[in-house]
Amino acid sequence: MTVTLSGNDLARTIGARLPQAVVEANDRWVLVRRESIAQFANFLKNTPELSFDYLNYVTAVDYHDYFELVYQFTALKDNRQVVVKTRCPRNDATVPSITPVYRGADLQEREVFDLMGIKFEGHPNLKRIFLWEGFQGYPLRKDYL
Amino acid sequence: MTLRTEPFVINFGPFHPSSHGVFRIRFTLDGEVVVDAEPVFGYLHRGIEKLAEERTYTGVIPLTDRLDYISSMNNNLGYVLAVEKLAGITVPERAQYLRVILAELQRVAAHLISVGAFINECGAFFTPFLYMFREREKIVDLLEMVSGQRLLYNFMRVGGFNQDIPEEFLPAARKIIAKLPAHIDEYDRLLMENEVLLARTKGVGILPKETAISIGAAGPVLRGCGVNWDIRKADPYCVYDRMQFDIPTGTVGDCYDRYRVRVEEMRQSVRIVKQALEALPGGPVKAANVPQILRPPVGEAYARIEAPKGELGFYLVSDGGIAPYRCHIRAPSLINLSALRDMVIGWKLQDAVVTFGSIDITMGEVDR
Repeated sequence: MTVTLSGNDLARTIGARLPQAVVEANDRWVLVRRESIAQFANFLKNTPELSFDYLNYVTAVDYHDYFELVYQFTALKDNRQVVVKTRCPRNDATVPSITPVYRGADLQEREVFDLMGIKFEGHPNLKRIFLWEGFQGYPLRKDYL
Repeated sequence: MTLRTEPFVINFGPFHPSSHGVFRIRFTLDGEVVVDAEPVFGYLHRGIEKLAEERTYTGVIPLTDRLDYISSMNNNLGYVLAVEKLAGITVPERAQYLRVILAELQRVAAHLISVGAFINECGAFFTPFLYMFREREKIVDLLEMVSGQRLLYNFMRVGGFNQDIPEEFLPAARKIIAKLPAHIDEYDRLLMENEVLLARTKGVGILPKETAISIGAAGPVLRGCGVNWDIRKADPYCVYDRMQFDIPTGTVGDCYDRYRVRVEEMRQSVRIVKQALEALPGGPVKAANVPQILRPPVGEAYARIEAPKGELGFYLVSDGGIAPYRCHIRAPSLINLSALRDMVIGWKLQDAVVTFGSIDITMGEVDR
């Protein structure tokens, strides 16, 4: 059975190294300041006692006032998982890309960009994936009808 | 003397017999050798995630059929598990066993197509494919018996099933399951030691284990590299924790390994179906307290299954209304394609086609 690592534990482990990265934590997830998300991902992957080597998915949810990005990571060797979130305001929908750390985020971040209109800074090839270049708007946003 | 050559770009697809639907790869070739490959998606994009936000929770089930349309039962299962997790519904035991039976039958059917199409790509044009369709046809007959449909079943419901299986299903399933191993052995005799197949697949399109993990590959693509990771064991759902089965893995991660893993998985699926048929308890097939119009409490849930192509997950957010506020689908076909470029660069174009076939994608799931 996959064990979900508590967000509180994770906040304690990483918070010591990345002070001010964690905004909020509970037993299900940890909310990270968006400027720190790439560094946070780097710690998740490269800290030996964490070693979350596998990215399950990246997605985004439109909560009207802000967008929430949801990441789930797994440590394959001891079957642990963790959910990390970050938020960005609607009028400044930019988040650092984690593709340089987790290559699996490449196509998924492009998908989020394409459908939700969130720009990923540092993504090597950020362009529309399903819709065509020149398409107006971002369909998964709640104000798109 | 070296011949001066210039790279040139060709489009593979979107309409091509080997493109498994409408998929385009822009190959940059130097002579016959691939120097770059850029996948182009979106030809089958229907906006399923957006459509789901406007339907009731039950109304989304037919949309999930249209993801990986050759394994609809698995898609149904992944989605209803997510809704059940969100709404806190416990499913009766009989329904859980039936779900395992149907999901595993569907896995065999899906692997038969993927292996058959893969052999096609290697040049054995349609003969092995039709052998495999022969068996798939019988499994599809079984699934038609329970659901009335042959491809898009729309059969599973939140809380279980709307109707129990017909009386004639169990004997028919036992009969087919008894015969399947002999058929799989038959393919082995035809193909496993076939020199052409070995020459086309051994050592071709190698995906190193580290790359597979870093791109988040799943299913036979990940296991072909020797990673022992299967959601049915790692994070069991339904009653998989009561089933005895092995997880076949490859060693080097070439096309042959991925093909072998799929063939072995069919054998393991047969094992699981046998056990589930024997242990199938009586009782209701639907939880008693599921309302007609479901309004799960505010919250979020992620449920995942081991679909034939890998980890199929549904991330649902509820705002307490009758429709999902957000329904994200973690599509294994899309994520497995992340490594396509690594796997084909440096190989000849015909090897790239075989490698692409060995990843096994369905465009309905890639584009959604």
